[in-house]
Amino acid sequence: MAQMIKGKTGEWEIVVGMEIHAQVIANSKLFSGASTAFGASPNSQVSMVDAAMPGMLPVLNKKCVEQAIRTGLGLNAQINKHSVFARKNYFYPDLPQGYQISQFEHPIIGTGTIEIDLPDGSSKNIGITRLHLEQDAGKSIHDQHPSKSYVDLNRSGCALMEIVSEPDIRGAEEATAYISKIRMILRYLETCDGNMDEGSMRADVNVSMRKPGDELGTRAEIKNVNSVKAVQQAIEYESRRQIDLLENGGTVDQETRLWDPDKMETRSMRSKEEAHDYRYFPDPDLLPLDVSQDWIDEIKKTLPELPDEKKHRFIKELGLSTYDASILISDRQRADYYEEVTEGRDSKMAANWIINELLGILNKNGKTIIDSPISTKQLGGLIDLIANETISGKIAKEVFVEMFISGKNAAVIVEEKGLKQVTDTGAIESLIDKVIAENPDNVAAYKAGKDKLFGFFVGQVMKKSQGKANPAAVNKLLKEKLS
Amino acid sequence: MSLSKEEVKKVAGLARLRMNDEEMERLAPQLSNIIGFIEQLSELDTDNVEPLANVVDITLPLREDVVSDGNCGEEILANSQDANQGYFVVPKVIE
Repeated sequence: MAQMIKGKTGEWEIVVGMEIHAQVIANSKLFSGASTAFGASPNSQVSMVDAAMPGMLPVLNKKCVEQAIRTGLGLNAQINKHSVFARKNYFYPDLPQGYQISQFEHPIIGTGTIEIDLPDGSSKNIGITRLHLEQDAGKSIHDQHPSKSYVDLNRSGCALMEIVSEPDIRGAEEATAYISKIRMILRYLETCDGNMDEGSMRADVNVSMRKPGDELGTRAEIKNVNSVKAVQQAIEYESRRQIDLLENGGTVDQETRLWDPDKMETRSMRSKEEAHDYRYFPDPDLLPLDVSQDWIDEIKKTLPELPDEKKHRFIKELGLSTYDASILISDRQRADYYEEVTEGRDSKMAANWIINELLGILNKNGKTIIDSPISTKQLGGLIDLIANETISGKIAKEVFVEMFISGKNAAVIVEEKGLKQVTDTGAIESLIDKVIAENPDNVAAYKAGKDKLFGFFVGQVMKKSQGKANPAAVNKLLKEKLS
Repeated sequence: MSLSKEEVKKVAGLARLRMNDEEMERLAPQLSNIIGFIEQLSELDTDNVEPLANVVDITLPLREDVVSDGNCGEEILANSQDANQGYFVVPKVIE
């Protein structure tokens, strides 16, 4: 469902491609033994290699290669057994080497494909062009001094995976679904923590416009798009800007633009333009990287069930809707929680309790499923009480809130508060008799054909039982008594 | 192939080398000579030749993922022109 935008001259199609930089989870850097831990004091995690001292040689970290292959497998992508590191040359104070070691013509991962989940419950495939390994740069701080910048090289040399998509994305909605799915896959694989706030995942967004069926238009590359929300806002702003240009006789420049989250606009980064001549060449300090099929197979064996596989299993084997399945798989802990609760129980009921009740109350309390005060065993216990008709679904919601606050088991709360459902027909019958005796006018009206009053009687009986009467039994007995 | 002064200027800019007109006039023919020398290689037909990365038959060595370096901030900063509170200090660079 491509997102179209109406302009003065008709409909426009938004075409988006994305480059995602994901920090690789590893203890040490891509080419040196310095630590990658976040938040250390400035320049304390810098080796002579990272500082680009003369004569230092890079030595490749095996774990980072493994993580790239793992991610490639998770993106259903081609693993290139032969890849080459190249130097990308440019000058910047946070890049002591004067070049970034990256991969250019021969990346470690080739084409792949992932499935994105859209809000209307449908799915779509997005092509992956490539994934390559490269060094991260250091960090500059600009607010410490009026005329100076401060540079910390702790991040310099940490491993990044750059994941490039095909221009298959149509509009902001698909773009946010794409970045969310990539983050989900990386987290399942444990190859990147996906934490956009700390900068461990960053995105560049390429946007162009075309009339449906036309060739691709000229694109602008937007940098500094560092949250899922910013992806959406930047695309919405940029597509409008380009349509305005094109419809007023102008052209889109192929250029780099910066997303400004405060002003909610993109603006040209002129300085980047002249620097775009990177003069890539194979790094003479590093031989080509050759990986064996055996190693790839070994890594394949350790892959977890991936989000899309899990989603399809939940839909096919457990009978969940696409929407419910997409919500449950969105993080691995949530999916694990669901699987523990649903074991031996009704799969849809378990899904409903987690999606409608648990996630809601967790969200309201600023918690995630990992710190849920209700364990999987406890939620299972509550569902069992509903299934064996000890309590009604309505009472169960009360018990659930109490469980969330007190951490007690459902059975204990039901016992303490005397919430057991009344299924004893004799007891229910006597309540019905009382209600009939108290409402002679309504009884007469009902018998005269006012069917709608049935609900009123059910309500009165339930009220008298303090919600504890079994609703099915109440319905059945009432019908008999009123006929 | 001979390089124009403009091209020399561009290459110098990319390499962050400041040079005056006179130097560029002098360097243009020298650089042209180097390029001419290298261009001789393209006379050879390499269509079916595998690229050679190294003349010795070794593979790229890999390192285990162990923290074995760092914690030498003072030495790292020792050669810098300006440092403060553990940071390198450089002229302001911001858009």
